[in-house]
Amino acid sequence: MKSFTLRKFRIVLSILFLILFAAVFLDIHHSLPSDVINYFVYLQFVPSIFKFFNTYTLLASGFIIVLLFVLLFGRVYCSSVCPIGTIQDISSNISKRISKGKYFNFSGEFKWLRYAVLLITILLIFAGNLILINLLDPYSNAGRIFAQLINPVLIAGNNFISSVLVSFNIYTVYPVDPKSYSYLLALFPAVFLVVILYLSYKRGRLYCNTICPVGTLLGLFAKLSLFKLKIEKTECEGCGVCETVCKAECINFNTKEIDESRCVSCFNCIDVCPSEVISYTNSWKDSNTSSEEKDSSKREFFSKTFLYVVGLTGISLSQIKVIPEKESTVPVHRKMNLSPPGSTSLDHYNSTCTACHLCITACPTKVLQPSFLEFGVFGILQPFMDFKTSFCNYDCVVCLDVCPTGAIKTLTPEKKKTVQIGKAIFVKENCIVETEKKACGACSEHCPTKAVDMVYYKDELKIPEVTEKYCVGCGACEFACPTFPYKAIYVEGNSIHKKAEKRKLEQIEFQFDPEEDFPF
Amino acid sequence: MKRRDFISKSLKAGIIAGSALSIGNYEKLFAYNSLLTQNDYHLAAVRGGEPDIMFDEAIKALGGMKNFVKKGQTVVVKPNIGWDVTPERAANTNPLLVNRIIKHCFEAGAKDVYVFDNTCDNWKLAYSNSGIEKAAKDAKAKVVSGATESYYHNVKIAQGKKLKEAKVHELILNCDVFINVPVLKHHSSADLTIAMKNLMGIVWDRGYWHRNDLHQCIADFTSFRKPDLNIVDAYNVMKRNGPRGVSKADVVNMKSVIVSPDIVAVDAAAAKLFSKEPETVAHIKIANDMKLGIMDLEKLNIYRKVI
Repeated sequence: MKSFTLRKFRIVLSILFLILFAAVFLDIHHSLPSDVINYFVYLQFVPSIFKFFNTYTLLASGFIIVLLFVLLFGRVYCSSVCPIGTIQDISSNISKRISKGKYFNFSGEFKWLRYAVLLITILLIFAGNLILINLLDPYSNAGRIFAQLINPVLIAGNNFISSVLVSFNIYTVYPVDPKSYSYLLALFPAVFLVVILYLSYKRGRLYCNTICPVGTLLGLFAKLSLFKLKIEKTECEGCGVCETVCKAECINFNTKEIDESRCVSCFNCIDVCPSEVISYTNSWKDSNTSSEEKDSSKREFFSKTFLYVVGLTGISLSQIKVIPEKESTVPVHRKMNLSPPGSTSLDHYNSTCTACHLCITACPTKVLQPSFLEFGVFGILQPFMDFKTSFCNYDCVVCLDVCPTGAIKTLTPEKKKTVQIGKAIFVKENCIVETEKKACGACSEHCPTKAVDMVYYKDELKIPEVTEKYCVGCGACEFACPTFPYKAIYVEGNSIHKKAEKRKLEQIEFQFDPEEDFPF
Repeated sequence: MKRRDFISKSLKAGIIAGSALSIGNYEKLFAYNSLLTQNDYHLAAVRGGEPDIMFDEAIKALGGMKNFVKKGQTVVVKPNIGWDVTPERAANTNPLLVNRIIKHCFEAGAKDVYVFDNTCDNWKLAYSNSGIEKAAKDAKAKVVSGATESYYHNVKIAQGKKLKEAKVHELILNCDVFINVPVLKHHSSADLTIAMKNLMGIVWDRGYWHRNDLHQCIADFTSFRKPDLNIVDAYNVMKRNGPRGVSKADVVNMKSVIVSPDIVAVDAAAAKLFSKEPETVAHIKIANDMKLGIMDLEKLNIYRKVI
């Protein structure tokens, strides 16, 4: 056995990338700075493409590097960078260890399905509809698996340790408030995870080579790649062991051919070949490209997904339970939900967010929550501003900084403070001051711009008043409003974000006078 | 002499306001007051210095921290850390003052000093950007989260008119000494936020207070557990747009600190400093009427010093 092999190198690299990915999505104490998060997800293919065409910056060039590497070395993205790829490899590996007699066999390519999915996905993206890429992109799916399934478990573990320590009067491990958790929406990553774990347990990289649009696209580039795996037909002794370890099921032992569009450059075959006739060599000397046939679309996969979506109703958001003395009476319904500041408009946001949920895990206030139908069926899982759960911190720009697709664009904190994502609407009939004739003002307290101010109402009593031009739509007023079941103040979204004015304030005149007497 | 006796008795009476029981039996409940001699001060106010120096002066006038913290005791220092803003915005208690108070506690022999607040903005951001987390840790205090519901336990408020029960942070329930360190600020709903209002940061569901007569609830809760010492930070004072403030333009440099074991007196004095008559701030008036402390500063022996 050779000590260094390409396969071992690939395994180390895969684990390293998975650790970086996990670090980003499991950073429950928000200790990683935004730029570090950017580096960690820099090479993720789909978000990088979106970011590049959203921001036209070289900082978003990760996908170009991936394509260059694929053109040189084959689908190394799939073998090492893609977190879903590595998760599947772990599942395949467990399968191999459990059932020792289990081997992979060459299987035909589902050409019509692969290319149809890729084509429809791309066409939908151009039409501004991201439903398919969001449901299929491996990076975004991995993001959701980590954000919605593993992150909460980690939080629970952290909080358990924290509570044990607290019983010994040790308060050093801070508990993390998960704020809200939707079991319904966690079903999406859960189903996806179960499916890919099952498929990879049985058939290796079947998902990557049948459904995954990234896999299919990179497969096309891999056909042109410089270095390819090749079986020296004349020297092969015909043991066939390479086919049995090929998790892409792309080595046809009978013809001694390797389907390069499906090969994920895992190098398993090189390591097991007893006669060392599989080589990783320059292929540009005798390249030949095969023609692709494109099948008509069959939408079985996503029609099933939609049935699944429609079949489930209601979101189970855990909320703070309040027992009001008097219930508010006027129903309020938001016409338009809000996208985070920096996303410029709902159109831009909905057509560029791949719902990877990185912003959800990074958001310190947890105001960003996965949507169900807040942005319509096609916007499912894209994060929305959930003012039932929390509100947007005025000085914070974390989601703008970490968004890997450019759906939320970077702004300086000062610029961000002037973005109006929506505006507060006061519903006097629900307000404590009106109904109880007692002081409240929770909304105005929390308002960072004093767009919600308290003005004299009856005698000494003050009531909220909204000055729309100062409002940034952060939702602090709505979150803080104590009325139930309907809020007395809520934020209506702006479909195109506007500019909020900054209040101009004169410095209060005051000169400390040491000679002055105490007023008491 | 007679006046002082009267004050002393009134303070004790405050603990069991509304009951007809004799006062003498409850002397121990108000430890500091029972230690008072004729020349002792009820309230100390210092102007013109830096926050830490002013506090040194004020606490000395009240007989030093050893009057409030005994050897081996557990102390909670509760500043206002409500908002994710920088110290010069004066939306949170001055970090330098917090640091100095903690040092005094340890010098007096405190075993542990805990610092927390149930913040309005995200707690980690507020703790760090207010400068208080660092200031407290530098003084060896333990900084604890106030954002975890499981830390809060239900208590009955016997004297409460509107607020009959509340969930209170366990550190408050378990500590020996509770030191309340509010910052004096304008407040859009409570007129002013000083010492009594600062106690909203040791309870969980503040929404209930807002729904059910805020001023009455603030006074009601004060009857549950009066802090052993109240230290009002009026070094930088937010004069408008409180409690969060919009910019530094809202803040003036008053360079004052007011310290007293009487939470109503300290609020009354701070209100005056803010140029507001105490009786116009509803919760101060209500607390005075509930005999939770003394609003009429004429009745108190006050230490005044300009440095």
